[in-house]
Order: sequence, then structure tokens, then C-alpha cells
Amino acid sequence: MHINMKKATKYSVVLAVLVSFMSCQENSRPNYQYMPNMYESIGYETYQESDAFANGVEAQLPAEGSIPRGDFMPFEIENTNEGYAFAKANLTSPLDSTQIDYDRAGPLYGIYCGICHGNKGDGKGKLVQREKILGVPSYADIGRAITEGSIYHTLYYGKNTMGSYANQLNEEERWQVVAYVQKLKADLEK
Amino acid sequence: MKKPYQSLEDNPTYNMKQVIYCSLTSKIFSLCLVLLLSFSTSLIAQEGDPVNGKSLFNSNCAACHKLDKPMTGPALRNVEARLADEQGLDRAWLNAWIRNSSSLIKSGDAYAVKIYNEYNQTAMTAFPQLSDQDISDMLAYTAAPAPEPVVVSATEGGPVQEGGVSNDLILGALALLFALLAMALVLVNRTLNRFAEAKDIKVVTEQEKRTPLWKAFVQNQFLVLVTAIIFLLASGYFVYGYFMQVGVDQGYEPVQPIHYSHRIHAGDNGIDCKYCHSSARVSKTSGIPSLNVCMNCHKSISEVAPETLAEGMDEYSVDYNGEIQKLYDAVGWDGTGYTGESKPVKWIRIHNLPDFAYFNHSQHVEVGGIECQTCHGPVEEMEIMYQHSPLTMGWCINCHRETNVKVKDNDYYTKIHEELSKKYGVDQLTVAQMGGLECGKCHY
Repeated sequence: MHINMKKATKYSVVLAVLVSFMSCQENSRPNYQYMPNMYESIGYETYQESDAFANGVEAQLPAEGSIPRGDFMPFEIENTNEGYAFAKANLTSPLDSTQIDYDRAGPLYGIYCGICHGNKGDGKGKLVQREKILGVPSYADIGRAITEGSIYHTLYYGKNTMGSYANQLNEEERWQVVAYVQKLKADLEK
Repeated sequence: MKKPYQSLEDNPTYNMKQVIYCSLTSKIFSLCLVLLLSFSTSLIAQEGDPVNGKSLFNSNCAACHKLDKPMTGPALRNVEARLADEQGLDRAWLNAWIRNSSSLIKSGDAYAVKIYNEYNQTAMTAFPQLSDQDISDMLAYTAAPAPEPVVVSATEGGPVQEGGVSNDLILGALALLFALLAMALVLVNRTLNRFAEAKDIKVVTEQEKRTPLWKAFVQNQFLVLVTAIIFLLASGYFVYGYFMQVGVDQGYEPVQPIHYSHRIHAGDNGIDCKYCHSSARVSKTSGIPSLNVCMNCHKSISEVAPETLAEGMDEYSVDYNGEIQKLYDAVGWDGTGYTGESKPVKWIRIHNLPDFAYFNHSQHVEVGGIECQTCHGPVEEMEIMYQHSPLTMGWCINCHRETNVKVKDNDYYTKIHEELSKKYGVDQLTVAQMGGLECGKCHY
């Protein structure tokens, strides 16, 4: 009996040591690194916390009124009903027919719009079919009678429950998508 | 629990009503005629079909209106009765509003202007295509009594708890069984010993005198040598293994501040990776989506479907609705508008290359046309995101050696492809042959 007990304690100690080794491999925290100062940037990284700003994050919005370098045109139509009506009547695409690239616009449409509006633009995307989001109109809807300008305005500012896509698509991509939506609308109206 | 709906959907009451109408005498008929003449729309109101109304409502109105909660526009449960009671507005007014609200507002209608201003002057889309019948169908749908939420949650809570209890019960019973067995063995051993003692039988305990095993082992030098070598090799193997995994975070699965399920978003709902991680197309990093991207959908999705909620509680013990609420708290959304009080979400970054290695997402995603899953694994099945690949240099190099560059229909590569395929005498170029193994490509 005694010997058995001793053996048992021995085994349990070995087991405990093994288990303690195994539990070092914990997936909820990052692993050890050899030389952390070579792994981690000294400069601030985009999403890092920072004491430098009041809201505690390193990523900040650009200062009010600043514009990006390069070929940039500000979008001056306002996010109001009047702005929408103005864009609907007057705003036209800067892309001419040679610049429109459906091969590029199609996939972009598929990523950002098709999930709700449907890949044919009939308002029956996957989220609508699964009844997650309801009431998505067809592009051929008569009451809305969308135009190039109104599509761009909606894409830029969002409308009602639809959000703005200005931060996911750049200006040129937005106009490409607008052209693609126009094409879908024409196909639907056939 | 579905009773109120079913009674409407099955339509027995409606058919009965119609039968009664039909069988009544000409008195009623003439009354109907009077009604028809004076007020043609109100007759139709009684014949609305809530089933058709539901589909019309979902495809036309639900983008901005919910039945029981204000959204972009007001809640619409019992809207017709409420308008008639509170404002004295009839169906003709509703028809005019639905078909073209802005002209009604322009005409100076007091209530139209009031509701327009109340909802931040959001112009309601005109629906000239809706017929009188369509509108009465939809109003019949909105007039259906609200389903009782308490009942729903109770029936949901039932099976969930039941499952948990029964599992625990089985485990507990098993543990008890094992404890009983162990106790029985100890007892049997003790009684047997006692019997042996009473009957004066010597319990044989092998205590013969012979050289103990360890002594014999130590005396055999060859055995000691072989064991030592094996021990050294084995420990070398394990030590090497340990040092090689330092700095490798494969399988890293931190607890995020908001329980975000890639399984639901990318898997079940089939949302493209690049919808949220849009900068993967155009920049070095794939980016952690800002909360306005979440709000593109979650402005209207404030609660998950009951099945999804039950699934989350059951399998992951997560309240998905609570997680959506965390998003609303962070972005400052009060259900109808932004409060302006937002706070950053402290996401924990999982995939992290060391500072001395350069990696560019757009180069791989846009130019190379590599699927996200090639490196990130089956994200669409991950309830909790984890690091799938080791992200070590050996892993990068391996892929560069094996992957063929997609040069087809790519003018950019035409010339270099011709030259290099001549040089290497191959038809398909790997990334390595294009210079994908040069140190300076990633370390500089």
C-alpha cells in the first residue's frame, strides 16, 4: 500500500509538471518573442493606443478642410434633400465611355452593393433573401427614378438606412460603380 | 405563439365576413353602395390581404419603417387606426402621402409638415405605382396585432436551458457513478484484507531479496550510454522545437472586446471579405473596419433572428443582441440617430508581422489574385477569429516557390514573362523565379 502511494505521488508530480508545461501554450495571448524591439515598431502604428490625443487612439481624422494630394476634386453638393435633387438633375459622370470598365466595376459592385441590391440590381441580394435587410428597391423603381447624379449622391452620402460608401470606394471607383448600376438599371428596364 | 398571425394568414375570419356580407339583404347592399359612392376607399380597407401586404411592406416600406420601432421613419403598427383616432386623417390622406408625400408637404398640410420635420426632414420616396388595393393590403398587414415578445423569449429560453441542464445532469451522474465505483473498490479491498487477517492468511507481498532494477541498470554501462544518447537526442528535439516556435503565433485566438462572428457574417450571410476589409484592395494593410462600416447594415439590424440568438446562447454562450448593443454604445447610436458620443473599440490585433518584414496586401489580393483564405484559413467558418498560418519566413518562401504568377492577359508581365520563361526554360513562372526570394523584396 505504502509503496503504491509513493508511486502514485511520483506519477502525479510528473503529470503536474507536464501539464504545467502544456498550459504555457495558451492561445488567448501572444507568444514570446526573441527580440521584441525588432518585432515591434518604435513609431506609432495605425491603430495603436496613444496618449498624444484626447480620445486615446493614434489614428485621427484629417483636420477639417484638408484635402488629399494629387488629382482631387471636392464634392460640393450637400447631404440634404435639396442637394439630392440638385445632384439628380445636374450631376453627371466625369468618365467618358472609353473610361468605363465594367470588368472592374462589376466585381466592385458585387462586393459592396450586390449583397443587398442583388447582382442584377433587382433589390434581391443575399441579405434581402435571408430577410436580414428588407425593403431594398429595384434600380428600375419608378418612384425613385434614379439618375447618374442621384446614384452618386446616394453612394457618397448614403440614404435613409443605406450608409455612405465614400470610405470604401474612391472617387473613380464610385463613378465606375455608378456606370455599372446604370447598366443594370437599363437591363432591368428592358 | 404564432396564433395571431396564423388566424390572419389562414383567413377563415375574412372568408366568414365575406360570406356574411354576401348573404345579408339588399339593405346592407344599398348601404355599401352609399359608402362606395361617398367614400370609395374605406370599403376596400376592409378587404386588405395581410399576406400580400406583408410582402409588399417588406419590399417597399421596410427599408425605413419597422412595425413596432421608429427607424428612418415612424413605426407603422396600426397606423391607419392611429391616424384616424389621433389626427382625424382618413385613407385618402394616407393614399396621398404614400403616393407622393412631398407634394402633400408642399401643399401645406399641417400634419404632413409636422411629421416631415419630426423625422429630420427625410423625404419619403414616392410610390405612385402602388394601387389602392396594394395600399389596403399593406395597411391590413400593419393592423395585425403585435406578436407577444414575452412568450417568444420564454419558449426560446426553454429548450436552451433544458439542453444545458440535461448535459450537466449526465456529467454529474457519471461522476457520481465513478465515485461510487472507486468507493466500492476500496471497500472490497478493505474487507478482503480483514478476512485475510481473521483467517490468518498471509497476504503475499513480493519482498524477495534481489538486486533492485535501478542498481542493475546502473551496473550495465552500455545500457547507461545508450539511454543517455537517446535522452540527449530527445531533449535536443524538444528544445529545438520549443525555440523554433518562439515568436510564432499560429493559433492565437484572443478574446475580442466585441464578440464578432466571421462565421455569421462571411459564412452564413456571404458578405465578401473586402466589403469590410476594403483597404486590402488598395493598401499595405487590410485594415480593421471602422464602425461606420458595421453600421451600413446594423443601422437596420439591431437584433439577430431568434434561431441565431438561440444558437449563440447554446453553442458559444454569447448573447448576439448584447454584442450588437456594444457596437451601438461604441459608435453612439440610439436606435434612430447618432448621439455624437463615440468611443474606440479596443480590438486586439491577431496577424502581426515583425517590424522588419514587409508585406503588402494589395500586391497579393489585387495583383496576385490570391484568395484571402489562402493565408487566413477558413475564416467563413470561424466563430472566433484565430491565426491560421504560422506567418514565418519559411511559410512565405514555400508559397513563393510553389505559386505560379498569373501572367495571362496581363500586359504588365508580357515582356518579362517572355524573357524569364526563356531563361528558365519553363512555361509557367513561379513567384520565386520572378524574384520572390530576393532578401530585399521583404527586408530592407
